[in-house]
Formats: sequence, structure tokens, C-alpha cells
Amino acid sequence: MAVVGGLAAVALAAGVVLIGTGDFTIAPGDVVSSLLGSGTPAQDFIINELRLPRVLVALLVGASLGISGALFQSISRNPLGSPDVIGFGQGSSVGALTVIVFFHGGAVAVSLGALIGGLATGLAVYLLAWKKGVHGYRLVLVGIGAAAMLTAGIHYLLTKSTLVDATRAMVWLTGSLDGRDWAQVWPLLALFAVLLPVVLAYGRPLRMLEMGDDAAYALGVPVQRTRTVLMLAAVLLNASATAAAGPISFVALTAPQLARRLTRATGPNVIASACMGATLLVVADWGAQRLFGESTLPVGVLTGMVGGVYLLWLLVTERRAGRI
Amino acid sequence: MLVDSPPQPRDGTSPAPPAPTVKRRTVRAAGLFVSVGALALVAVASIAIGAKPMAPGDVWHGLFHASGTADDVLIHDVRVPRTLLGLLVGAALGLAGAVMQALTRNPLAEPGILGVNAGAAAAVVSAISFLGVNSLTGYVWFAFLGAGVVSAAVYLLGGSRAATPVRLALAGTAASAALYGYINAVQLTDSAALNQLRFWQVGSLAAADMTTVRKVAPFILVGLVVALLLARPLNAMALGDDTARALGTRLTRTRIASMVVVTLLCGAATAACGPIVFIGLMVPHIVRAITGPDLRWILPYAAVLSPVLLLGSDVVGRVVTRPAELQVGIVTALIGGPVFIRLVRRKRMAQL
Repeated sequence: MAVVGGLAAVALAAGVVLIGTGDFTIAPGDVVSSLLGSGTPAQDFIINELRLPRVLVALLVGASLGISGALFQSISRNPLGSPDVIGFGQGSSVGALTVIVFFHGGAVAVSLGALIGGLATGLAVYLLAWKKGVHGYRLVLVGIGAAAMLTAGIHYLLTKSTLVDATRAMVWLTGSLDGRDWAQVWPLLALFAVLLPVVLAYGRPLRMLEMGDDAAYALGVPVQRTRTVLMLAAVLLNASATAAAGPISFVALTAPQLARRLTRATGPNVIASACMGATLLVVADWGAQRLFGESTLPVGVLTGMVGGVYLLWLLVTERRAGRI
Repeated sequence: MLVDSPPQPRDGTSPAPPAPTVKRRTVRAAGLFVSVGALALVAVASIAIGAKPMAPGDVWHGLFHASGTADDVLIHDVRVPRTLLGLLVGAALGLAGAVMQALTRNPLAEPGILGVNAGAAAAVVSAISFLGVNSLTGYVWFAFLGAGVVSAAVYLLGGSRAATPVRLALAGTAASAALYGYINAVQLTDSAALNQLRFWQVGSLAAADMTTVRKVAPFILVGLVVALLLARPLNAMALGDDTARALGTRLTRTRIASMVVVTLLCGAATAACGPIVFIGLMVPHIVRAITGPDLRWILPYAAVLSPVLLLGSDVVGRVVTRPAELQVGIVTALIGGPVFIRLVRRKRMAQL
């Protein structure tokens, strides 16, 4: 619990720092007073209209990815069974790129395309993996197959597009929080409010499921229903996060693993993963804006690089400690 | 083509090939013979079929009595190199996938997951963006370097002597993610690099010429031979490290040799025609369904059937959208995806 509380605090603190960051720097104290409703009008405008939505999107997207990754890794009982490995990110990307390349659609249309692509992929992978129930390895393998097909689709769309569209597609494919506003916050928030209680309600059955199907059956857990409901929730969370910010790599894969190491608890660790995901994304967005001088990078570039390097470091230290 | 095989041990710890009966060995040898025949047919089709339809007589003329007509030049300078490259690259990818899956005892292991493609791509994008390299033959060396460095790094970071399947896969995923982050950053800031790389990234044989074939052939041939030599020690390692050691297998040497082979094969293949990931993942799975878990059969089968799939896909890609063509990387994914998913569904996957 202490760890979860700490993580939540870090996520919020990072959010406050991020709000204060930009062309017009605002001290954290002023940010807080503005958020509490006692700031100057100029600051209120910058904070509430421009920067708060972006930070909220970051927090929500990060938390969604964290939960989605935790659920998938638990259900597939495989640390690699995360949405970006088994094709959902690629499905969203194909949806979004189709809109960009063939219809030259605006931001909302692109988000819609991503959502449809992600959901369709999730549904297809689930149905294809279904055979008297869905089992871990088959799900991952089917997902890998789907991911490979969809990746080819992404590359194909990139060759079909004009260079201008290709550049725009690349920005989307990298995952970015630039220019996100309240229009992205509300749908995310609504979905989150509906799905979080569902996920939490199924926390106990999921924990049982990790011990294996037979043990779970014996303990009276409705195995298939638990898996179906949680998969659906995870797909929705991941698709909406991707629709809002693009396929931000590595958060869904790392957040649950980091959370597991911090809490030292086995099992899905849903809340801890959510807080970890939110923290990762906000800190990464701050870094992407600040670390490279004049040129700000899309946040996905940073999550990819830092996440990858961090996992490598983890592998080295864990090996020394003899844990993996 | 799928031969019924006696039940194999499935629990991963003891996939010892049962002493093959004489009948079974005959069936497998016959299957290999049929596969070689299929390969010959596909190679002929790859030379005969293309964007420009050609009569069999003209093809024959171009191959053996070339007198410099436009058709002869087309056969000699375009279709023959393309077919040769397809043969080499197909065999390389299939073998690399089979060796990787055996080495890591991970059915998902393939160049993409272990980061080798990402390493090659990162090196190529660096070469394009920072060094101004813009020819396909220029990519070769960089892709090769990238693939080599990354597979060594993944192997070392994954735990070198004590590498477990999960740790290797995690190390590969981590390396891929970091490298793709870097690639994206470069592509975003340099649209010229994006413009070149987006065509290379699809995976295509279209730009094949004899220079490329000559550059990659030595690497792939050496890789091929060493891979086949590794069948026996890798078979022993499938029994578990302790048993393998007891049987006199030198674990470290086998692992290092396997990584070198994978680097040679993947680096050369990826450099020559971009990342074509599906073959290395899929063909070994199909082959295992035919031969069972014995690598002395899996590896030769993979070396023969992978180019069948790659060249076949390339031919299909040339025909379906005439006069334009679909890149082979897309066709292999479209053909291979459903096959792979069906295999995964049809029965329990043979464990490694």
C-alpha cells in the first residue's frame, strides 16, 4: 500500500512539474494554487486551458496502459503477453494510418480509426485464439501472428503515402501528447471511471487464475468469464489510450514489471501498475520536452529508448542478484 | 505434406527424439526430397514469371543462349539475381529462426523478437542519416554490423552463460524498443532518411542485383554450413543443460556459435532486402510439425522450405497487382499469418 501511495504521489508531483514546464515557466507552488482556484488569470488560462489537459491525458493514458499491460501479462501468464507485442498497438496503427493515408482525416478521425483498428484486432485475436477457452500461449502466438501481418500493413501504408503524409504518420506512430486538450480528456476519463471498478472487482479471481486454470476452477472461480471480461477491459483501455496519444511503446510492457518489483507482491498489481504507468508517461513527457534543448521530441521516442535501456539495466542487476 | 508422426514428448524438459524407425526415416527423407523438388519448381517460376509476361522459349533463350536482347537482359540482370537472392535470404531466415528457437528453447524466438532486425535497421538509418550512405550495397555492411552488435549485446545482457529463454527474450525486446525509439527519433528529424528507410523497411527483393547477391552469399553460405553442424549439440541442449554437459556438449561454445550463425544469417538477409520477419518465425514451426523435434531434420527442411515460401510469395506479389508489385515482406505476412494462426490453433504447439 505504501508503495502504491508513493507512486500515486510521484505521478501527481510529476504532473505538477510538467504543468509548470514550457515556454512560459511556472513555479510548482503557483501551479498548485492555480489548480486550487486561487491563481492569477493569466496563469489560470495557461494552466487550465493549455497544460492541464495534456497532463491529464498523460496520466490517464499512462494508467490505462499500465492496467492493460498488467491484465494481459496476468491472463497470458507471460511477461511478453503485453498489448504491444500481441498486435493491438499495430491494429490501432493500421486504423490510424488508413485514415491518414487514404482519407487525409483530421485528429478526431485518426483517433476514431485507431480505436476501431485496436478493437477489431483485439476481437479478431481473441476469436482466433478461442478454442474451448482462451489459453496463455495460444493467445500470445496468435497475437504475434496478427502483429506480424499488421506490421507489414503499416510498412505498406507508409510506402503508399506521400512524404508529407508519411511524416505525419511517423509522428502518430511514435506516440505524442502534443496538442492534446479537453476533447481527449473526457472520453478517457469516462471510460476509466467505468472500467476501473470492473477490473478491481475481478482482482481476486484474476489472482486465482494466476495459479493455473485447474486450481482456479477448484476454488470456484468462473475462469472463462473472468478472462473474457478482463480481456475486453484491457483491450478497451489500450485502444482508447492509443487513440488518444498514439502507440506509446513500452509503458504497458514495463509498468507491471516495475510495479511487481517495487511492491514485491505476486499477482496482477493493477493499481500499482496504473500508478507506475502514469508516472512513467508524465516523467517521460517532461523529459521529452526538456532534455533535448530547443527540439522537443514526441514522448513515445523517450519511452521507447528509456524503457528499453531501463529493462536492460534491470536484467543485468537482477542477474547479479540471481533473481531471474 | 504433413506426415502423421508418433506422439512426441511435449513437456519441454525431455523432447528427446525417439529412436526413429526405419519407416519414419524413409518418410522424412522422402519429404525432404519432395521439398527440394518444390524448391526447384518455385525457382523456375520465379525466373519465368514477372511483371513482363514471357514465353518459356524466351526464358530458355535468356538463360542459356543469351544474345543481348531486351528479354535476355531482363532475365540475366533482374530475374536471375532476384531468384538467387530469394534463395539465399529465404534459407538464411528459416535457418536463423530454427537455430534461435532451439537455442532459446522459446517458440516465439525470431530475429524480430531478439532485436536483430532492430539492430540492423538502426545501423542502416544511422548510415543514411549521418554518413550519407544511399546505395543498397552500402547498407549491407552497416546492417551486418548492427545485427552483430545487437545479437552479441542481447546475448551478453540476457545472461550469456546462464541465459534462460525468458531472459533472452526480455533482453531482445528491451533492445528492440530502445533501438526503435532511436530509429523513430532519427526518422522524425530527417525526412530524407525516412523517405529511404520506409521502402527498405517493407522487405523486398525488387532491388536485387548480382552485386548484392555476391556480397551476401559468402556470409549466408558459411552460416548455412555452421548451422547444420550445430544440429547435434543443439539437440543435446534440448535435453537440458546438465544432460547436455553429461553427453559431452560444450554449452558455451555451442551458444556462441549459434549466436554467430544467427548474426551472419540475419544480418546478411536483412541488409539485402530489409526485415522480413515472418519466415524465421513460421517455417520452423511448420517444419517441426512434419519432422518432430530432431534438429538434424528440422534444419535441412527449414533451409529448403523457407526459400520455397519466400520465392513463392515473391512470385505471387509480382502477379497479383500487375503491373505494380506487392513487396515480398507484405505477401509473406499475408500468406504466413493465417497459416501460422491455423497452426497455433490446430493442435498443441510442439514445445521446444
